[in-house]
Amino acid sequence: MGSTNSTLSKIPNAGDLMQETGFSPAHIVRLYDRYKALDKDKKGHLCPQDFGAIKELAMNPISDRIIGAFFSSGQEVLDFPSFVRILAHFRPVDKNRPKDPNSPEHINSRSNKLKFIFQLYDQDKDGKISRQELLQVLRTMLEKQVTEEQLESIADRTIQEADLDRDDAISFDEFRKSMEKVNIEHKMSIRFLR
Amino acid sequence: AKAILGGSWWLANVLLGMWISVVLALTVLPAMFGLSLGFTDLYIKVLVKTLEWAALRIQRAQKVPKGDSSMEEEIVELRRMHPHPLTGGNFTLCDTFYFCKKGIESIVEDQVTQRFTSEELASWNLLTRTNNNFHYISMRVTIIWGLGVFIRYCILLPLRIILAATGLSWLVIGTTLVGILPNSNVKDRISDLLHITCYRICARGLSAKIHYHNKENHPKKGGICVANHTSPIDIVILANDGCYAMVGQVHGGLMGLIQRSMVRSCPHVWFERSEMKDRHAVAKRLRDHVADKTKQPILIFPEGTCINNTSVMMFKKGSFEIGKTIHPVAIKYDPQFGDAFWNSAKYSMVAYLLRMMTSWAIVCNVWYLPPMSQQDGEDAVNFANRVKSAIAHQGGLVDLSWDGGLKRGKVKESYKEAQQKMYSSMIVGH
Repeated sequence: MGSTNSTLSKIPNAGDLMQETGFSPAHIVRLYDRYKALDKDKKGHLCPQDFGAIKELAMNPISDRIIGAFFSSGQEVLDFPSFVRILAHFRPVDKNRPKDPNSPEHINSRSNKLKFIFQLYDQDKDGKISRQELLQVLRTMLEKQVTEEQLESIADRTIQEADLDRDDAISFDEFRKSMEKVNIEHKMSIRFLR
Repeated sequence: AKAILGGSWWLANVLLGMWISVVLALTVLPAMFGLSLGFTDLYIKVLVKTLEWAALRIQRAQKVPKGDSSMEEEIVELRRMHPHPLTGGNFTLCDTFYFCKKGIESIVEDQVTQRFTSEELASWNLLTRTNNNFHYISMRVTIIWGLGVFIRYCILLPLRIILAATGLSWLVIGTTLVGILPNSNVKDRISDLLHITCYRICARGLSAKIHYHNKENHPKKGGICVANHTSPIDIVILANDGCYAMVGQVHGGLMGLIQRSMVRSCPHVWFERSEMKDRHAVAKRLRDHVADKTKQPILIFPEGTCINNTSVMMFKKGSFEIGKTIHPVAIKYDPQFGDAFWNSAKYSMVAYLLRMMTSWAIVCNVWYLPPMSQQDGEDAVNFANRVKSAIAHQGGLVDLSWDGGLKRGKVKESYKEAQQKMYSSMIVGH
C-alpha cells in the first residue's frame, strides 16, 4: 500500500499520460516496470534490439512489423510515454466511459485499433495497402512454407474481395468495411494486469 | 542511582539469558529428536485465519478466464466473423490480428521473463512486497498490517536469526569434530544425526512447515535425487527428512567454510569452477559417488537456475546421463505465506535470506515420486523430459519446454519457423 504511489511519483507526467490513454495508476506502474525491465542496458530509452530480445516476440512471424509500429518515422529511440501510447491501442474498450462528442477519439477506439493493424500492412503510409505490401506481409508470415505462385494467388484473391473501387489496392475504408462483423474490441484487446 | 542502573542492567541480562535458553530448549532439543511441539502448527492456523479475514476485506480483482486457446482456434474464430468464400489459399486480412495481439501481449508480459519474477497473488497476504495491485483498503486492514510488520521484524526476525546462527554454527563445529573420528558406522550415524538436527534448526529458523508425501519413495543410498529448484532453501527443505550428498560449486567466504566442514563428516561433491567446464570429469565424479552404495544419494537440481515455482523449465540432460535410475522429487511452496523464490538478479543472497526471515512462514509440500528408469533406446533428453513432466504434474506446476538458460540467452530460429509452419498449414493445408 503506497508502493504504487511512490513509483507513480517517479514517472514524469503520469497524470497526463493517464488522462490521454485511460490507463489506471496500477497499469502505468506495471508498464513502467516492464519498460525498465526491457531496457536491460539501462539506457533510459528503448531501441529495437530490446524488443528483439523478447523470446516470444522473436518467435512471432510479424515481429519486425510490430516493432516497427513502435519506432515509426525512422527514429531509433522509444521513450516511456510513446511506449504507453502505442500499447494504449490494446486497452479493452471502456463501456462506461462517457462519449464526449467534442473530445478526440479514444486511443483504444475500434477505429484506432483498426488503424493500427492497417499501418502494419501499409508500410509506406500512403493510406492504401498495395499488392506489393500485401505480398510482403504474406511473405514474412509464411516465408519458406509456400511457393511464390501460391503467395501471388493468395494476394490476388484477397485484394479482389476487399477492393471495392477497383484500384488494385485496399484503402482504409475498404479495410474497415471488410472487418465490419469482426469483434475488434475483443480480438484486439489484451489484459494489462493479471 | 548507579546501583539501580547497574541492577537493572543485570536484570535485563538475566531475562535475556532466560529467554534465549527457553527458546533454545524449546527448539533445539526437539529438533535433535525430530519432535514437533506444535507451535508452528498453531501459528500457521492463526495466520491462515487472519489472512482469510484480510482477503474478505479486499475485493478480489476481476479474473478474466485466461484462455490459452491455440493459434488454430483463434484464427478460425476470427474468420468465422468474416464471411467470405474459401477458394484456393485460405488467407484473410484479419489473420494478422491474432499475431499482432500475441506480439503485443508478449511485449507487455512474456512467459519466460514471467517465470523469473515472483508469482502474483489474487489476494494480498499482508506483506508489502506482494502488494502490487492493492491500494489503501481500510483502516482496520492497515492496523493489522502494521501489527504484522511489528511482529515480523521485531519478534520473529531476531528469533529466527538466533536460530539460524545456532543451526549453522553447530553444523560447522559438529561436522569438524565428527571428522576427527575414524571412519566407521558410528561416525556415519552421528554425522547423519548431526546434519538432520542442524537442518531442522535452520528450518525452525524460517518457520518452515513442510509436509512430506509418499515417504516410501524416499531416495535410497547410492541413488540420484532430482528436484525442481526455486531457492537455496530447497536444500534445507529436503534435508530435513533425510541425508543427501550435496552437489555444487565451491564458494568462498561463509558458504565455503560450511562446505569444507560438511565434507569432513560425510562425502559431498563440491566442484571447483575450473572442473565444472569439463562435463566428462563432472559426470565421472558423480558416477563414482553413485556407484558407492554406502554413500548418501546425491541431490541435483537440473533446471540449473531458480525458477519462481509456478512452472518447471527444461531439465539439463547432463544430470540424466549419470545413472539409470532417478528418484524425482517435487517441491511446491505455498505463496500465501511468503514468496520463496530467489530472484538472483534482484536480491543478493543476504537480502534474500532476510526477506525469508521476515515472511510469515514458509509452507511447502514435498512429494517423493516413485523411481523412474531410463528405457532402452530412450536418450537422455527424452528421459529428462519424462521426469520433468512427472514432477510438474505432481506439483501442480506448468510444464514448460523453455530453457532456463533463456533467462540470459537468445531464441533459436527454429521456434519462429515452427510458428510459420503451423500458420501455413492453415493457409495452404500442408
